[in-house]
Amino acid sequence: MPLGFRILNNQYFDSVFLMRVNKRLSEEPGVQDSAVLMGSEGNKKLLVELDLSAPGVQQANANDLIVVLRADSEERCAEVLARLPDYLKGGGGEDVERRFRTLEAGIQEKPAANLAVISVPGEFAAREARKALEKGLHVFLFSDNVSIKDEKALKDYASTQGLLVMGPDCGTSLIGGVGIGFANAVRKGLIGALGPSGTGLQEFTCQVHNAGFGISHAIGTGSHDLSDQVGGITTLTGLDALDRDPGTEAIAIISKPPGTRTLETVMDRIKTCHKPVIACFLGLQTELPNTNKAFIPCDTIDAAVKASIHAIGGDLTTTSSVEGFDNKDMLSQEGAGISTVNKSLRGLFAGGTFCYQTQDIFRRNGISLKSNAPLQKDQMLEHPDHCSGHCVIDMGDDYFTQGRPHPMIDGTERAKRILQEARDPELRVLLLDFILGYNASRDPVGELAGAIHDAQDWVQQRGRRLSVIASICGTEDDPQELKLQERMLTELGVVVFRSNARAAQFCLDLIRQV
Amino acid sequence: MSMEKVDELLTKPLVVINLGLSGFADSLEAQEVEVIQVDWVPPAGGDSELMDILDKLM
Repeated sequence: MPLGFRILNNQYFDSVFLMRVNKRLSEEPGVQDSAVLMGSEGNKKLLVELDLSAPGVQQANANDLIVVLRADSEERCAEVLARLPDYLKGGGGEDVERRFRTLEAGIQEKPAANLAVISVPGEFAAREARKALEKGLHVFLFSDNVSIKDEKALKDYASTQGLLVMGPDCGTSLIGGVGIGFANAVRKGLIGALGPSGTGLQEFTCQVHNAGFGISHAIGTGSHDLSDQVGGITTLTGLDALDRDPGTEAIAIISKPPGTRTLETVMDRIKTCHKPVIACFLGLQTELPNTNKAFIPCDTIDAAVKASIHAIGGDLTTTSSVEGFDNKDMLSQEGAGISTVNKSLRGLFAGGTFCYQTQDIFRRNGISLKSNAPLQKDQMLEHPDHCSGHCVIDMGDDYFTQGRPHPMIDGTERAKRILQEARDPELRVLLLDFILGYNASRDPVGELAGAIHDAQDWVQQRGRRLSVIASICGTEDDPQELKLQERMLTELGVVVFRSNARAAQFCLDLIRQV
Repeated sequence: MSMEKVDELLTKPLVVINLGLSGFADSLEAQEVEVIQVDWVPPAGGDSELMDILDKLM
Protein backbone atom coordinates (compact mmCIF):
# COMPACT_ATOMS: atom_id res chain seq x y z
CA MET A 1 0.00 0.00 0.00
CA PRO A 2 1.44 3.43 -0.96
CA LEU A 3 3.34 5.47 1.57
CA GLY A 4 3.51 9.27 1.47
CA PHE A 5 5.43 11.64 3.67
CA ARG A 6 6.25 15.30 4.28
CA ILE A 7 9.06 16.86 6.27
CA LEU A 8 8.39 20.40 7.46
CA ASN A 9 11.72 21.94 8.40
CA ASN A 10 12.07 23.97 11.60
CA GLN A 11 8.49 23.57 12.70
CA TYR A 12 8.37 22.30 16.26
CA PHE A 13 5.16 21.21 17.95
CA ASP A 14 4.57 19.52 21.30
CA SER A 15 3.85 15.80 21.38
CA VAL A 16 0.30 16.05 22.75
CA PHE A 17 -0.72 18.37 19.91
CA LEU A 18 0.90 16.06 17.34
CA MET A 19 -0.91 13.01 18.73
CA ARG A 20 -4.21 14.85 18.23
CA VAL A 21 -3.22 15.70 14.64
CA ASN A 22 -2.29 12.06 14.09
CA LYS A 23 -5.64 10.90 15.40
CA ARG A 24 -7.48 13.18 12.97
CA LEU A 25 -5.29 12.05 10.06
CA SER A 26 -5.82 8.40 10.90
CA GLU A 27 -9.60 8.93 10.77
CA GLU A 28 -9.45 10.25 7.18
CA PRO A 29 -11.16 7.90 4.70
CA GLY A 30 -8.65 5.73 2.90
CA VAL A 31 -5.86 6.28 5.45
CA GLN A 32 -4.64 2.94 6.83
CA ASP A 33 -1.83 4.10 9.09
CA SER A 34 -0.14 7.36 9.98
CA ALA A 35 2.52 8.95 12.17
CA VAL A 36 3.07 12.61 13.04
CA LEU A 37 6.28 13.09 14.99
CA MET A 38 9.23 15.40 15.48
CA GLY A 39 12.39 14.09 13.82
CA SER A 40 14.36 13.10 16.92
CA GLU A 41 16.59 10.02 16.71
CA GLY A 42 14.19 8.07 18.96
CA ASN A 43 11.20 8.95 16.80
CA LYS A 44 13.00 8.01 13.59
CA LYS A 45 13.77 4.59 15.08
CA LEU A 46 10.12 4.27 16.10
CA LEU A 47 9.04 4.93 12.49
CA VAL A 48 11.26 2.08 11.33
CA GLU A 49 9.70 -0.21 13.98
CA LEU A 50 6.21 0.84 12.86
CA ASP A 51 7.19 0.15 9.23
CA LEU A 52 6.40 3.78 8.42
CA SER A 53 9.85 4.98 7.44
CA ALA A 54 11.01 6.15 4.03
CA PRO A 55 14.57 7.03 2.96
CA GLY A 56 14.00 10.82 3.05
CA VAL A 57 12.50 10.67 6.53
CA GLN A 58 15.82 9.76 8.12
CA GLN A 59 17.28 13.14 7.01
CA ALA A 60 14.96 15.07 9.35
CA ASN A 61 16.35 16.54 12.57
CA ALA A 62 14.76 17.09 15.97
CA ASN A 63 13.34 20.48 14.92
CA ASP A 64 11.67 19.08 11.80
CA LEU A 65 8.15 17.72 11.69
CA ILE A 66 7.66 14.34 10.00
CA VAL A 67 4.26 13.27 8.70
CA VAL A 68 3.94 9.78 7.21
CA LEU A 69 0.79 8.20 5.78
CA ARG A 70 -0.11 4.82 4.37
CA ALA A 71 -3.29 5.12 2.29
CA ASP A 72 -5.33 3.25 -0.33
CA SER A 73 -3.66 5.07 -3.22
CA GLU A 74 -0.87 7.54 -3.97
CA GLU A 75 -3.53 10.11 -4.88
CA ARG A 76 -5.18 9.70 -1.49
CA CYS A 77 -1.80 10.16 0.27
CA ALA A 78 -1.20 13.35 -1.71
CA GLU A 79 -4.71 14.70 -1.05
CA VAL A 80 -4.45 14.24 2.70
CA LEU A 81 -0.89 15.57 2.90
CA ALA A 82 -1.92 18.66 0.91
CA ARG A 83 -4.28 19.59 3.74
CA LEU A 84 -1.56 19.45 6.41
CA PRO A 85 -1.52 23.23 7.04
CA ASP A 86 -5.19 23.00 8.13
CA TYR A 87 -4.44 20.18 10.56
CA LEU A 88 -1.53 22.05 12.07
CA LYS A 89 -3.45 25.26 12.76
CA GLY A 90 -3.47 26.24 16.41
CA GLY A 91 -0.46 24.17 17.37
CA GLY A 92 2.06 26.99 17.60
CA GLY A 93 4.33 25.94 14.74
CA GLU A 94 5.58 28.46 12.26
CA ASP A 95 2.92 31.10 12.15
CA VAL A 96 2.78 32.23 15.74
CA GLU A 97 5.32 34.70 17.01
CA ARG A 98 6.80 33.01 20.02
CA ARG A 99 7.99 34.93 23.01
CA PHE A 100 10.21 32.43 24.77
CA ARG A 101 12.18 29.56 23.31
CA THR A 102 14.60 28.68 26.09
CA LEU A 103 14.63 28.18 29.83
CA GLU A 104 17.05 31.10 30.15
CA ALA A 105 14.66 33.43 28.31
CA GLY A 106 11.82 32.36 30.60
CA ILE A 107 13.89 32.99 33.73
CA GLN A 108 14.94 36.38 32.41
CA GLU A 109 11.26 37.31 32.09
CA LYS A 110 10.32 35.81 35.48
CA PRO A 111 13.34 36.13 37.79
CA ALA A 112 11.17 35.27 40.82
CA ALA A 113 10.45 31.80 39.37
CA ASN A 114 10.85 28.98 41.90
CA LEU A 115 9.75 25.93 39.87
CA ALA A 116 10.50 24.59 36.39
CA VAL A 117 7.86 22.24 34.97
CA ILE A 118 9.60 20.24 32.25
CA SER A 119 7.84 18.03 29.68
CA VAL A 120 10.28 18.08 26.76
CA PRO A 121 11.21 14.78 25.02
CA GLY A 122 13.14 12.47 27.35
CA GLU A 123 16.42 12.61 25.46
CA PHE A 124 16.67 16.38 26.18
CA ALA A 125 14.98 16.43 29.59
CA ALA A 126 17.96 15.80 31.91
CA ARG A 127 19.89 18.64 30.27
CA GLU A 128 17.06 21.13 30.78
CA ALA A 129 16.44 19.92 34.35
CA ARG A 130 20.13 20.34 35.20
CA LYS A 131 20.09 23.89 33.84
CA ALA A 132 16.98 24.69 35.91
CA LEU A 133 18.65 23.36 39.08
CA GLU A 134 21.78 25.37 38.34
CA LYS A 135 19.57 28.46 38.17
CA GLY A 136 18.20 27.61 41.63
CA LEU A 137 14.80 26.30 40.53
CA HIS A 138 13.01 23.26 41.91
CA VAL A 139 12.02 20.86 39.14
CA PHE A 140 8.83 18.98 38.27
CA LEU A 141 10.04 16.61 35.54
CA PHE A 142 7.13 15.05 33.68
CA SER A 143 9.32 13.63 30.89
CA ASP A 144 10.05 9.92 30.96
CA ASN A 145 12.85 8.02 29.20
CA VAL A 146 15.45 9.71 31.39
CA SER A 147 18.16 7.22 32.38
CA ILE A 148 18.50 6.11 36.01
CA LYS A 149 22.08 7.41 35.91
CA ASP A 150 20.88 10.88 34.87
CA GLU A 151 18.08 10.77 37.46
CA LYS A 152 20.51 9.92 40.25
CA ALA A 153 22.94 12.64 39.11
CA LEU A 154 20.15 15.25 39.00
CA LYS A 155 18.86 14.30 42.44
CA ASP A 156 22.33 14.18 43.99
CA TYR A 157 23.05 17.64 42.61
CA ALA A 158 19.65 18.95 43.78
CA SER A 159 20.42 17.66 47.29
CA THR A 160 23.64 19.65 47.42
CA GLN A 161 21.67 22.77 46.47
CA GLY A 162 18.74 22.16 48.84
CA LEU A 163 16.37 21.71 45.89
CA LEU A 164 13.61 19.22 45.09
CA VAL A 165 13.37 17.14 41.89
CA MET A 166 9.87 15.71 41.41
CA GLY A 167 10.40 13.12 38.67
CA PRO A 168 11.44 12.10 36.08
CA ASP A 169 8.24 10.38 34.95
CA CYS A 170 6.31 12.43 37.51
CA GLY A 171 2.63 12.64 36.61
CA THR A 172 1.27 14.74 39.41
CA SER A 173 1.97 16.98 42.39
CA LEU A 174 -0.13 19.29 44.51
CA ILE A 175 1.91 22.08 46.05
CA GLY A 176 0.04 24.42 48.38
CA GLY A 177 -3.26 23.53 46.74
CA VAL A 178 -1.96 23.98 43.18
CA GLY A 179 -2.24 20.96 40.91
CA ILE A 180 0.76 20.39 38.63
CA GLY A 181 0.54 18.02 35.65
CA PHE A 182 -2.29 15.49 35.86
CA ALA A 183 -3.73 16.61 39.16
CA ASN A 184 -7.25 17.10 40.49
CA ALA A 185 -8.97 20.11 41.99
CA VAL A 186 -8.48 19.24 45.65
CA ARG A 187 -9.06 21.53 48.63
CA LYS A 188 -6.22 22.47 50.98
CA GLY A 189 -6.03 20.62 54.26
CA LEU A 190 -3.86 18.95 56.84
CA ILE A 191 -2.79 15.72 55.13
CA GLY A 192 0.50 15.55 53.25
CA ALA A 193 1.26 12.84 50.72
CA LEU A 194 4.22 11.46 48.83
CA GLY A 195 4.60 8.91 46.12
CA PRO A 196 6.09 7.83 42.83
CA SER A 197 2.75 6.96 41.27
CA GLY A 198 0.73 9.66 39.56
CA THR A 199 -2.62 7.91 39.60
CA GLY A 200 -1.98 6.56 43.12
CA LEU A 201 -1.56 10.11 44.44
CA GLN A 202 -4.57 11.27 42.41
CA GLU A 203 -6.75 8.52 43.92
CA PHE A 204 -5.54 9.31 47.44
CA THR A 205 -5.99 13.08 47.16
CA CYS A 206 -9.43 12.80 45.48
CA GLN A 207 -10.71 10.43 48.14
CA VAL A 208 -9.47 12.73 50.91
CA HIS A 209 -11.24 15.64 49.20
CA ASN A 210 -14.45 13.69 48.54
CA ALA A 211 -14.54 12.73 52.23
CA GLY A 212 -14.59 16.43 53.13
CA PHE A 213 -10.93 16.82 54.12
CA GLY A 214 -7.94 18.32 52.31
CA ILE A 215 -4.32 18.02 51.26
CA SER A 216 -1.45 20.26 52.38
CA HIS A 217 0.93 19.05 49.68
CA ALA A 218 1.19 15.90 47.58
CA ILE A 219 4.74 15.47 46.31
CA GLY A 220 5.23 13.30 43.24
CA THR A 221 8.66 11.71 43.41
CA GLY A 222 8.97 10.05 39.97
CA SER A 223 8.40 6.39 39.22
CA HIS A 224 11.97 5.21 39.95
CA ASP A 225 12.69 7.23 43.07
CA LEU A 226 12.23 4.33 45.51
CA SER A 227 14.39 1.95 43.47
CA ASP A 228 17.68 0.96 45.08
CA GLN A 229 19.57 2.67 42.24
CA VAL A 230 18.08 6.06 43.12
CA GLY A 231 17.64 5.35 46.83
CA GLY A 232 14.52 7.42 47.52
CA ILE A 233 16.30 10.79 47.43
CA THR A 234 13.14 12.78 46.63
CA THR A 235 10.98 10.69 48.97
CA LEU A 236 13.33 11.36 51.88
CA THR A 237 13.62 15.08 51.08
CA GLY A 238 9.82 15.29 50.78
CA LEU A 239 9.27 13.34 54.00
CA ASP A 240 11.60 15.74 55.86
CA ALA A 241 9.86 18.76 54.34
CA LEU A 242 6.35 17.52 55.23
CA ASP A 243 7.56 16.66 58.72
CA ARG A 244 8.72 20.27 59.15
CA ASP A 245 5.73 21.84 57.35
CA PRO A 246 3.48 23.59 59.88
CA GLY A 247 0.43 23.01 57.65
CA THR A 248 0.81 19.21 57.61
CA GLU A 249 -0.42 17.02 60.49
CA ALA A 250 -0.11 13.54 58.98
CA ILE A 251 1.92 12.11 56.08
CA ALA A 252 0.88 9.34 53.69
CA ILE A 253 3.22 7.46 51.35
CA ILE A 254 1.51 5.75 48.38
CA SER A 255 3.80 3.50 46.35
CA LYS A 256 4.62 0.13 44.92
CA PRO A 257 7.12 -1.70 47.17
CA PRO A 258 10.45 0.16 47.37
CA GLY A 259 13.76 -1.57 46.72
CA THR A 260 14.91 -3.65 49.69
CA ARG A 261 17.69 -1.30 50.82
CA THR A 262 15.60 1.80 50.15
CA LEU A 263 12.70 0.39 52.17
CA GLU A 264 15.05 0.06 55.16
CA THR A 265 16.27 3.63 54.71
CA VAL A 266 12.72 4.98 54.44
CA MET A 267 11.58 2.97 57.48
CA ASP A 268 14.54 4.30 59.50
CA ARG A 269 13.57 7.83 58.54
CA ILE A 270 9.91 7.23 59.43
CA LYS A 271 11.02 6.22 62.95
CA THR A 272 12.26 9.75 63.57
CA CYS A 273 9.20 11.53 62.10
CA HIS A 274 7.31 13.78 64.48
CA LYS A 275 3.98 13.18 62.76
CA PRO A 276 1.91 10.07 62.05
CA VAL A 277 3.09 8.33 58.86
CA ILE A 278 0.69 6.16 56.89
CA ALA A 279 2.41 3.86 54.40
CA CYS A 280 0.62 2.07 51.61
CA PHE A 281 3.20 -0.01 49.73
CA LEU A 282 0.86 -1.75 47.30
CA GLY A 283 1.83 -5.34 46.64
CA LEU A 284 4.35 -5.56 49.47
CA GLN A 285 4.45 -9.18 50.55
CA THR A 286 6.50 -8.82 53.73
CA GLU A 287 5.34 -7.46 57.07
CA LEU A 288 6.55 -3.94 57.79
CA PRO A 289 8.23 -3.50 61.15
CA ASN A 290 6.01 -1.57 63.53
CA THR A 291 8.50 1.21 64.14
CA ASN A 292 6.41 3.30 66.48
CA LYS A 293 2.80 3.85 67.37
CA ALA A 294 2.53 6.73 64.92
CA PHE A 295 3.32 4.44 61.97
CA ILE A 296 0.33 2.90 60.18
CA PRO A 297 0.86 0.37 57.37
CA CYS A 298 -2.09 -0.04 54.94
CA ASP A 299 -2.92 -2.54 52.19
CA THR A 300 -5.01 -0.28 49.95
CA ILE A 301 -5.24 3.38 49.05
CA ASP A 302 -8.73 3.44 50.64
CA ALA A 303 -7.28 2.18 53.93
CA ALA A 304 -4.56 4.85 53.73
CA VAL A 305 -7.22 7.54 53.21
CA LYS A 306 -9.17 6.31 56.22
CA ALA A 307 -6.06 6.08 58.43
CA SER A 308 -4.84 9.54 57.34
CA ILE A 309 -8.18 11.15 58.14
CA HIS A 310 -8.24 9.37 61.49
CA ALA A 311 -4.68 10.58 62.17
CA ILE A 312 -5.78 14.23 61.90
CA GLY A 313 -8.76 13.62 64.19
CA GLY A 314 -11.39 13.07 61.49
CA ASP A 315 -13.82 10.23 61.06
CA LEU A 316 -14.36 8.83 57.59
CA THR A 317 -17.43 6.79 58.53
CA THR A 318 -19.52 9.89 59.10
CA THR A 319 -18.26 12.03 56.24
CA SER A 320 -17.56 9.56 53.45
CA SER A 321 -19.49 9.86 50.24
CA VAL A 322 -21.11 6.57 49.36
CA GLU A 323 -21.96 5.09 46.00
CA GLY A 324 -25.69 5.46 46.57
CA PHE A 325 -26.58 1.77 46.36
CA ASP A 326 -26.54 -1.24 48.64
CA ASN A 327 -23.51 -3.36 47.82
CA LYS A 328 -25.22 -6.67 48.57
CA ASP A 329 -28.28 -5.85 46.48
CA MET A 330 -26.09 -4.71 43.61
CA LEU A 331 -24.00 -7.85 43.90
CA SER A 332 -27.02 -10.14 43.64
CA GLN A 333 -28.41 -8.04 40.77
CA GLU A 334 -25.16 -8.15 38.80
CA GLY A 335 -24.43 -11.73 39.84
CA ALA A 336 -27.55 -13.13 38.21
CA GLY A 337 -26.45 -15.20 35.27
CA ILE A 338 -22.90 -15.89 36.43
CA SER A 339 -21.99 -19.26 35.01
CA THR A 340 -18.97 -21.44 34.59
CA VAL A 341 -19.07 -20.84 30.83
CA ASN A 342 -18.43 -17.11 30.74
CA LYS A 343 -16.94 -16.01 34.02
CA SER A 344 -13.82 -14.08 33.17
CA LEU A 345 -12.85 -10.66 34.44
CA ARG A 346 -11.13 -8.23 32.11
CA GLY A 347 -9.77 -4.99 33.53
CA LEU A 348 -8.74 -2.29 31.08
CA PHE A 349 -6.97 0.51 32.94
CA ALA A 350 -5.75 4.00 32.13
CA GLY A 351 -4.06 4.21 35.55
CA GLY A 352 -1.12 1.89 36.18
CA THR A 353 -1.65 1.97 39.94
CA PHE A 354 -5.26 0.86 39.51
CA CYS A 355 -4.11 -2.13 37.48
CA TYR A 356 -1.57 -2.92 40.19
CA GLN A 357 -3.91 -2.43 43.16
CA THR A 358 -6.57 -4.61 41.53
CA GLN A 359 -4.08 -7.45 41.15
CA ASP A 360 -2.99 -7.04 44.76
CA ILE A 361 -6.56 -7.19 46.08
CA PHE A 362 -7.20 -10.39 44.10
CA ARG A 363 -3.82 -11.86 45.16
CA ARG A 364 -4.61 -11.35 48.83
CA ASN A 365 -7.83 -13.26 48.21
CA GLY A 366 -6.08 -16.16 46.51
CA ILE A 367 -6.72 -15.28 42.86
CA SER A 368 -3.87 -14.48 40.48
CA LEU A 369 -4.63 -12.16 37.60
CA LYS A 370 -2.61 -12.21 34.41
CA SER A 371 -1.38 -8.84 33.22
CA ASN A 372 0.98 -7.01 30.90
CA ALA A 373 2.15 -5.29 34.12
CA PRO A 374 2.01 -8.21 36.56
CA LEU A 375 2.69 -8.23 40.28
CA GLN A 376 4.84 -11.30 39.72
CA LYS A 377 6.70 -12.17 36.54
CA ASP A 378 5.04 -15.59 36.20
CA GLN A 379 1.69 -13.83 35.69
CA MET A 380 2.95 -11.94 32.62
CA LEU A 381 0.61 -12.21 29.64
CA GLU A 382 2.14 -13.85 26.60
CA HIS A 383 1.07 -10.85 24.53
CA PRO A 384 -0.51 -7.56 25.72
CA ASP A 385 -3.09 -7.76 22.91
CA HIS A 386 -4.50 -11.15 23.93
CA CYS A 387 -6.27 -12.12 27.14
CA SER A 388 -7.51 -15.47 28.39
CA GLY A 389 -9.03 -16.13 31.80
CA HIS A 390 -8.96 -13.31 34.35
CA CYS A 391 -6.74 -10.51 33.03
CA VAL A 392 -6.01 -6.88 33.75
CA ILE A 393 -4.29 -4.63 31.23
CA ASP A 394 -2.38 -1.43 31.96
CA MET A 395 -3.14 0.49 28.76
CA GLY A 396 -0.78 3.27 29.80
CA ASP A 397 2.11 0.85 29.35
CA ASP A 398 4.77 1.75 26.75
CA TYR A 399 3.50 -0.99 24.44
CA PHE A 400 0.23 0.90 23.96
CA THR A 401 1.53 4.47 24.11
CA GLN A 402 4.53 4.50 21.75
CA GLY A 403 3.57 7.14 19.20
CA ARG A 404 -0.01 7.13 20.53
CA PRO A 405 -1.67 9.21 23.24
CA HIS A 406 -1.93 7.91 26.79
CA PRO A 407 -5.41 6.58 27.64
CA MET A 408 -5.76 9.34 30.24
CA ILE A 409 -5.91 11.90 27.44
CA ASP A 410 -7.49 9.87 24.64
CA GLY A 411 -9.74 6.82 24.94
CA THR A 412 -9.46 5.60 21.32
CA GLU A 413 -7.29 2.54 22.00
CA ARG A 414 -9.25 1.55 25.11
CA ALA A 415 -12.54 1.81 23.19
CA LYS A 416 -11.17 -0.60 20.56
CA ARG A 417 -10.01 -2.99 23.26
CA ILE A 418 -13.42 -3.00 24.98
CA LEU A 419 -15.00 -4.18 21.71
CA GLN A 420 -12.26 -6.79 21.26
CA GLU A 421 -12.86 -8.22 24.75
CA ALA A 422 -16.64 -8.23 24.22
CA ARG A 423 -16.16 -10.67 21.34
CA ASP A 424 -14.49 -13.16 23.67
CA PRO A 425 -17.19 -15.57 24.89
CA GLU A 426 -15.31 -15.92 28.22
CA LEU A 427 -16.00 -12.29 29.20
CA ARG A 428 -18.42 -11.80 32.08
CA VAL A 429 -17.11 -8.78 34.05
CA LEU A 430 -15.45 -5.70 32.57
CA LEU A 431 -13.60 -3.39 34.99
CA LEU A 432 -12.67 0.13 33.89
CA ASP A 433 -11.20 3.24 35.47
CA PHE A 434 -11.89 6.87 34.62
CA ILE A 435 -9.48 9.59 35.67
CA LEU A 436 -10.58 13.21 35.77
CA GLY A 437 -8.57 16.34 36.50
CA TYR A 438 -6.38 18.94 34.86
CA ASN A 439 -4.85 17.88 31.53
CA ALA A 440 -6.81 14.62 31.37
CA SER A 441 -9.37 13.98 28.63
CA ARG A 442 -12.22 16.51 28.81
CA ASP A 443 -14.79 13.71 28.55
CA PRO A 444 -13.28 10.36 29.54
CA VAL A 445 -16.64 8.61 29.90
CA GLY A 446 -18.00 10.09 26.67
CA GLU A 447 -14.98 8.69 24.79
CA LEU A 448 -15.80 5.13 25.90
CA ALA A 449 -19.60 5.34 26.12
CA GLY A 450 -20.18 4.16 22.55
CA ALA A 451 -17.84 1.19 22.98
CA ILE A 452 -19.44 0.20 26.31
CA HIS A 453 -22.91 0.36 24.73
CA ASP A 454 -21.83 -1.63 21.66
CA ALA A 455 -20.09 -4.23 23.86
CA GLN A 456 -23.24 -4.67 25.97
CA ASP A 457 -25.32 -5.01 22.79
CA TRP A 458 -22.97 -7.55 21.23
CA VAL A 459 -22.95 -9.72 24.35
CA GLN A 460 -26.72 -9.48 24.89
CA GLN A 461 -27.48 -10.44 21.30
CA ARG A 462 -25.54 -13.65 21.89
CA GLY A 463 -27.51 -14.52 25.00
CA ARG A 464 -24.70 -13.74 27.42
CA ARG A 465 -24.49 -11.31 30.35
CA LEU A 466 -21.92 -8.61 30.87
CA SER A 467 -21.41 -6.62 34.06
CA VAL A 468 -19.49 -3.38 33.56
CA ILE A 469 -17.91 -2.04 36.75
CA ALA A 470 -16.07 1.29 36.88
CA SER A 471 -14.19 3.50 39.27
CA ILE A 472 -13.92 7.25 38.87
CA CYS A 473 -10.99 9.17 40.26
CA GLY A 474 -11.96 12.83 40.48
CA THR A 475 -13.65 15.59 42.42
CA GLU A 476 -16.71 17.75 41.84
CA ASP A 477 -14.38 20.71 41.17
CA ASP A 478 -12.53 19.00 38.31
CA PRO A 479 -13.10 20.43 34.82
CA GLN A 480 -14.93 17.26 33.68
CA GLU A 481 -17.65 17.43 36.37
CA LEU A 482 -17.57 14.26 38.45
CA LYS A 483 -21.34 13.93 38.82
CA LEU A 484 -21.95 14.33 35.08
CA GLN A 485 -19.39 11.62 34.29
CA GLU A 486 -20.91 9.33 36.93
CA ARG A 487 -24.41 9.88 35.59
CA MET A 488 -23.34 9.00 32.04
CA LEU A 489 -21.99 5.70 33.34
CA THR A 490 -25.00 4.80 35.46
CA GLU A 491 -27.29 5.56 32.50
CA LEU A 492 -25.33 2.94 30.57
CA GLY A 493 -26.02 0.45 33.37
CA VAL A 494 -22.45 0.60 34.67
CA VAL A 495 -21.90 0.04 38.41
CA VAL A 496 -19.82 3.03 39.51
CA PHE A 497 -17.49 3.38 42.49
CA ARG A 498 -15.46 6.37 43.61
CA SER A 499 -12.62 4.03 44.46
CA ASN A 500 -10.62 1.51 42.46
CA ALA A 501 -10.23 -0.71 45.54
CA ARG A 502 -13.98 -0.88 46.12
CA ALA A 503 -14.63 -1.53 42.41
CA ALA A 504 -12.00 -4.30 42.41
CA GLN A 505 -13.45 -5.84 45.58
CA PHE A 506 -16.91 -5.81 43.99
CA CYS A 507 -15.54 -7.63 40.91
CA LEU A 508 -13.84 -10.16 43.19
CA ASP A 509 -17.11 -10.83 45.05
CA LEU A 510 -18.94 -11.08 41.73
CA ILE A 511 -16.71 -13.70 40.13
CA ARG A 512 -16.64 -15.65 43.42
CA GLN A 513 -20.37 -16.28 42.99
CA VAL A 514 -19.58 -18.86 40.32
CA MET B 1 22.52 21.15 53.45
CA SER B 2 19.88 23.71 54.36
CA MET B 3 16.38 22.76 53.30
CA GLU B 4 15.20 26.35 53.44
CA LYS B 5 14.47 26.40 49.69
CA VAL B 6 12.27 23.30 49.89
CA ASP B 7 10.38 24.80 52.84
CA GLU B 8 9.87 27.98 50.82
CA LEU B 9 8.52 25.96 47.89
CA LEU B 10 5.83 24.59 50.19
CA THR B 11 4.93 27.89 51.81
CA LYS B 12 5.37 30.61 49.17
CA PRO B 13 3.30 31.12 46.00
CA LEU B 14 4.50 29.15 43.00
CA VAL B 15 6.07 31.04 40.10
CA VAL B 16 6.53 28.58 37.26
CA ILE B 17 8.55 28.32 34.07
CA ASN B 18 6.77 25.72 31.93
CA LEU B 19 9.00 24.06 29.35
CA GLY B 20 7.10 21.94 26.85
CA LEU B 21 3.44 20.90 26.89
CA SER B 22 1.46 24.14 26.86
CA GLY B 23 -1.55 22.44 28.49
CA PHE B 24 0.41 22.32 31.76
CA ALA B 25 0.82 26.13 31.66
CA ASP B 26 -2.88 26.56 30.82
CA SER B 27 -3.99 24.49 33.81
CA LEU B 28 -1.63 26.43 36.11
CA GLU B 29 -2.99 29.72 34.78
CA ALA B 30 -6.52 28.45 35.39
CA GLN B 31 -5.48 28.01 39.03
CA GLU B 32 -4.22 31.62 39.07
CA VAL B 33 -0.55 30.63 39.26
CA GLU B 34 2.05 32.96 37.79
CA VAL B 35 3.49 31.02 34.85
CA ILE B 36 5.62 31.63 31.77
CA GLN B 37 5.21 29.27 28.82
CA VAL B 38 8.45 28.43 27.04
CA ASP B 39 7.76 27.05 23.55
CA TRP B 40 10.85 24.93 23.79
CA VAL B 41 12.64 23.65 20.69
CA PRO B 42 15.58 21.23 20.72
CA PRO B 43 18.82 23.23 20.80
CA ALA B 44 21.22 22.79 17.91
CA GLY B 45 18.58 20.84 15.98
CA GLY B 46 18.88 18.07 18.55
CA ASP B 47 22.53 17.37 17.70
CA SER B 48 24.06 16.21 20.99
CA GLU B 49 27.66 17.13 20.08
CA LEU B 50 26.62 20.63 19.11
CA MET B 51 24.57 20.90 22.31
CA ASP B 52 27.65 20.06 24.39
CA ILE B 53 29.60 22.79 22.58
CA LEU B 54 26.74 25.25 23.16
CA ASP B 55 26.66 24.37 26.87
CA LYS B 56 30.40 25.03 27.17
CA LEU B 57 30.05 28.40 25.44
CA MET B 58 27.25 29.55 27.77
